[in-house]
Amino acid sequence: MNQVTGEQFILGCSAIGAGLAMIAGIGPGIGQGFAAGKGAEAVGRQPGARSEIISTMLLGAAVAETTGIYGFVIALILLFAKPLT
Amino acid sequence: MDFTDKALAKISIGGYDLLITQSLLSMWIVILILITIAIVVKVKSKKFTEVPTGFQNLIEMIVEAFESFTLSIMGERGKKFSAYFGGLFFFIIFSNLSGLFGLRPPTANYAVPLALGLMTFILVHVNGVRAKGGLKYLKSLTEPIVLLTPLNIVGELANPVSLSFRLFGNIIGGTILMGLFYELLPIFVKIGFPAFFHFYFDVFDGVLQAFVFTMLSMVFVSGAME
Repeated sequence: MNQVTGEQFILGCSAIGAGLAMIAGIGPGIGQGFAAGKGAEAVGRQPGARSEIISTMLLGAAVAETTGIYGFVIALILLFAKPLT
Repeated sequence: MDFTDKALAKISIGGYDLLITQSLLSMWIVILILITIAIVVKVKSKKFTEVPTGFQNLIEMIVEAFESFTLSIMGERGKKFSAYFGGLFFFIIFSNLSGLFGLRPPTANYAVPLALGLMTFILVHVNGVRAKGGLKYLKSLTEPIVLLTPLNIVGELANPVSLSFRLFGNIIGGTILMGLFYELLPIFVKIGFPAFFHFYFDVFDGVLQAFVFTMLSMVFVSGAME
């Protein structure tokens, strides 16, 4: 079996780390689903205020997305910028 | 696979290398288009009449829609900001949609969202000081109790970071997924199918992120002025 060099080992570990960082995607999924569900509920209760509810919902969904984007940026840095090698 | 920003040309000025990258080129194209539209509107606006027709209708509709959107979020004081936020919105939307024409979106380079986020950051704090006065503005950082001042400062500094990362992450995610789609899949799925993905990642996500960026900037600015 070939010897694994240090750089290859770090690259492999970076790939595993990038995969682990994307676990952060769970949080925004729950948060955005919650925002969308409550938005649908509010539209059902008050159809007149539809446009205002939708813009508030989009704002909340965008804020809920932030943590997922942080995880995604860390995964990208691990895969493409390779800070550890 | 290589998703980095490729350099198209290199200019050396006094020992420093100035790289003309793909995103710089597409940003110049976006700026050129926006300036051309602005000049056309300016030239045509000399012939605008009391009762709008055709082209004037369209321009007035866009300006009025943006003014009412700013007013609905920022209240009465939002009127003087609507021009700036309109410019911001159209720059981001044109940048994001440039991915449809085979260009690399300028917003997929972190320098561009960071600059936009810092502009919002400066706007927030300058307007906060102007609306409340220096001492009262500094005092608002110590609320609700003095012990929380470091947290408030960190929270203020995190705003431009989260704002710019949101735009950057969404756009570069779309760019990378489209690149993977074009590179990895067999040839028969590359005809027709990418249109759906382009619609989601470029049109829907691009417009939504431009909207969210502008709206959050408005919310931050009006929050600092209260």
